[in-house]
Amino acid sequence: MKMPQPDAGVIARRAEIIEAMQAIVLGEGVITDEEELRVYDHDGLMAYKGLPLVVVLPETTGQVSAILEYCAANEVKIVPRGAGTGLSGGALPLADAITLGLGKFNKILEIDYDNRTVITQSGVTNLAITEAVEDEGFYYAPDPSSQIACSIGGNIAENSGGVHCLKYGLTTNNVLGIEMVLMSGKIVHFGGKHLDSGGYDLLGVATGSEGLLGVITEVTVRILQKPETARALLLGFPSNKSAGNCVAAIIGAGIIPGGMEMMDKPAIHATEDFVHAGYPLDVQALLIVELDGPEVEVDHLIERVDAIARQAGATHLSVSRSEEERQAFWSGRKNAFPAVGRLSPDYLCMDGTIPRRKLADVLQRIEELSQQYGLRIANVFHAGDGNLHPLILFDANEPGELEKAENFGADILRYCVEVGGVLTGEHGVGIEKRDLMGVMFTEDDMNHQQRLKCAFDPAHLLNPGKVYPTLHRCSELGRMFVHKGKLPFPDIPRF
Amino acid sequence: MSETLKPETAEQVLDAVKWAAASESPLAVKGQGSKEGFGRAVEADCRLDLSGLTGIGCYEPNELFMTAGAATTLAEIEAALRQNNQQMAFEPADLGILLGGEGDAGTIGGAIACNLAGPRRIKVGAARDHFLGFNAVSGRGETFKSGGTVVKNVTGFDLSKLIAGSFGTLAVMTEVTFKVLPAPEKTRTVLVLGLSDQDAMKAMAKALGSSHEVSGAAHLPEAAAKGSKVSHVAGTGRSVTAFRVEGPGPSVEHRCRALTALLGGGASVEELHSENSALLWREICDVRLLDGDGGNGRQVWRLSVPPMNGAGVAEQLTAGTGASVFYDWGGGLIWLTMDATPDAGHETVRRAVEAAGGHATLVRAGADVRNRVPVFEPQTGALREITARIKEGFDPKGILNPGRMVEGV
Ligand SMILES: Cc1cc2nc3c(=O)[nH]c(=O)nc-3n(C[C@H](O)[C@H](O)[C@H](O)COP(=O)(O)OP(=O)(O)OC[C@H]3O[C@@H](n4cnc5c(N)ncnc54)[C@H](O)[C@@H]3O)c2cc1C
Repeated sequence: MKMPQPDAGVIARRAEIIEAMQAIVLGEGVITDEEELRVYDHDGLMAYKGLPLVVVLPETTGQVSAILEYCAANEVKIVPRGAGTGLSGGALPLADAITLGLGKFNKILEIDYDNRTVITQSGVTNLAITEAVEDEGFYYAPDPSSQIACSIGGNIAENSGGVHCLKYGLTTNNVLGIEMVLMSGKIVHFGGKHLDSGGYDLLGVATGSEGLLGVITEVTVRILQKPETARALLLGFPSNKSAGNCVAAIIGAGIIPGGMEMMDKPAIHATEDFVHAGYPLDVQALLIVELDGPEVEVDHLIERVDAIARQAGATHLSVSRSEEERQAFWSGRKNAFPAVGRLSPDYLCMDGTIPRRKLADVLQRIEELSQQYGLRIANVFHAGDGNLHPLILFDANEPGELEKAENFGADILRYCVEVGGVLTGEHGVGIEKRDLMGVMFTEDDMNHQQRLKCAFDPAHLLNPGKVYPTLHRCSELGRMFVHKGKLPFPDIPRF
Repeated sequence: MSETLKPETAEQVLDAVKWAAASESPLAVKGQGSKEGFGRAVEADCRLDLSGLTGIGCYEPNELFMTAGAATTLAEIEAALRQNNQQMAFEPADLGILLGGEGDAGTIGGAIACNLAGPRRIKVGAARDHFLGFNAVSGRGETFKSGGTVVKNVTGFDLSKLIAGSFGTLAVMTEVTFKVLPAPEKTRTVLVLGLSDQDAMKAMAKALGSSHEVSGAAHLPEAAAKGSKVSHVAGTGRSVTAFRVEGPGPSVEHRCRALTALLGGGASVEELHSENSALLWREICDVRLLDGDGGNGRQVWRLSVPPMNGAGVAEQLTAGTGASVFYDWGGGLIWLTMDATPDAGHETVRRAVEAAGGHATLVRAGADVRNRVPVFEPQTGALREITARIKEGFDPKGILNPGRMVEGV
């Protein structure tokens, strides 16, 4: 993975930059010691490491603003960082950039049950929001598996998903407002406790912008009352194909479950060995289908899903009879990453999305690639919305294996795009999928995306080297070549 | 307008925009023109009529998406969806009659460009939340696409969000992909009668804060209720607060009972079934409850505020003024109508909304008023700069719907 050449001039100014940062963030918020910087040298994409120029941990929006203003004036780059759980290398440090950590933005500012909103600082964890409101029966719906650790600011930067997003929407559908500091140091507010925008939807474009448009300091999310009940079905199938057909049939019957997850055989075995969730081991594919709502509705839908599953050829069917049992069904799925992690020194987690009907086809192709590359694979899958997580097992200590695993991953993602899907469903492009952007987008597509970037950060100081394989100068992107004098469109009907 | 170009393919749209960019001839972009009266009047000599770009391209019910030409009519799309018991869950409003034209018009591209949303906004979102991807031609005369056909997609910036609600000022969509969802098996509406506006806000907060999955919460003060064609609503002689419940049959019955128990507390509660229920929500969605007197040229504002501030804002704007309102989105959406004045009372309206937090749009007023008064929320400072730079990036010659949202932009 090639990163932009660090700017030696900036590195030479390190002492001066540190001094400026210490004038803004007093006390221990400026980290310069190499040993302490190591804590920040990677994110959830473990294969890549690097030391930042310095780490700064501001505590107020005013400080963030002063830092960015200084950096803009002095052409110092910024890498925003939440909890560092991102899986695509979005928070990977750069040698000539300040890593700006939001860890001290850890306060929930306001809970408003009547308007069903929570206002929080951006470094608060996803789970902490739910914990703050669950006494009143409320929760924040998007629930990435990393919710105990990941920050709400990071969730917005990645537009994260979770098991319950099938029914309740992704981060972008559950965020109402943000406070963001622009690279100029200016503080802006998009959205609030009201809905939609009076102008362009800047909240919408900031969501999923991977730290390239601004630093999110404060967030307003909507909260929901928990459903009365939730029950899960555990469905085992003799083939990936029959499981895939079952998913399509459930959706086709007009049922949108609270969650619908799938695991293939290697993932089932790995998780069962790890957490003993009680999964059947004699099946090729397992579906967990959760239905939530009032009891009458859940009972009614369980009956229907049960019938659909039998028709689709399910060989194992069980329905959770208690909350403990429902949790047990989920425990395997929720621990799938660490469980697979036990099988192998290292693994890469891919994140393509495909049309649901292509499921069996794509799994077949992944199996072929697995044999071709000689690397093992386990698949977990947000089946309801077609978001696939193949986990590629490898050993980084074996020379060449990381590269092999990455090539394998890239082939999977190319295939996802080929069948009508996309490179990433929820983990973001970061550095990991940066060089594959051309598989999905033309130069013109990417240039239009970058024009949005230019409106926010014309000098490309925020998180450079991420998401886009090449960043064009904004002056270049602004230029327009017009062909004067060309007779307009002789073929277009005109009146 | 001196000329109309009517491209029939995406390539022809590209040619037309290239020509307009080269000759710096502004274009007024339109689908069926059903919302031409929404926003400011466009400063352009030439009209780009997209009504040739129609047709459902790809519709796979089990994949929950549809791809269609940008000017495919909502009527055609809805008919195709109905055959598969599906719907556009964001309920694009039909503002035709409100805006003084015909009903039953409008295209999918128009619904997205205006980021329309109906009563279900509070549960499932607006057009922006269902818009998965597009092909378009920017004001630079370049074709580009964004998004895809799948719901979960974070590949690159989410330009769909940028284009939704941009009123055709950044790019001309040629093809769009949007999410579709199963239509509910059953719909019922619980009515609570006689609540004051303030009490209605509280009742709606209670219902929306419950687990009963209310998919519409509206409050109609007595005058608005009178305008309904549903006799149970019009005939009560009182205010009506309506709660919509959708889903599988047994669940709907259960939740209606639960809501009645939750909200009852001595208040008078009734239920609307199937057709009456559908009609009432249509009237709320399409804003048909303001013009009991046929409108008489009255002006209409749309205010989006924090739900619990709804009644307070409305009180400020209606007390002693002859203006009237009804509320959707649990109180967060206020439709305000008032006698026409040359400035549409915009300073008063905006002051009230600003204090509450939110934004106001002047939806109906004469073209002269709309050109004088900021129709959309005026932007200042950094927001204004970003907006201007985005416009500059996507449409440097200012040829797409110039002036539609902001004068001179
Ligand atoms: C075990 C495990 C399970 C996971 N499961 C899921 C899952 O189910 N669904 C899912 O979607 N993801 C999942 N992830 C990925 C990850 O947790 C999410 O992407 C999460 O949102 C990242 O949050 P973070 O605070 O750790 O962000 P970081 O990793 O610190 O940063 C991620 C990106 O966001 C930017 N950023 C962070 N904070 C801000 C801010 N305040 N302002 C501007 N930019 C910012 C960074 O620059 C970077 O580009 C998982 C990760 C792990 C390790």
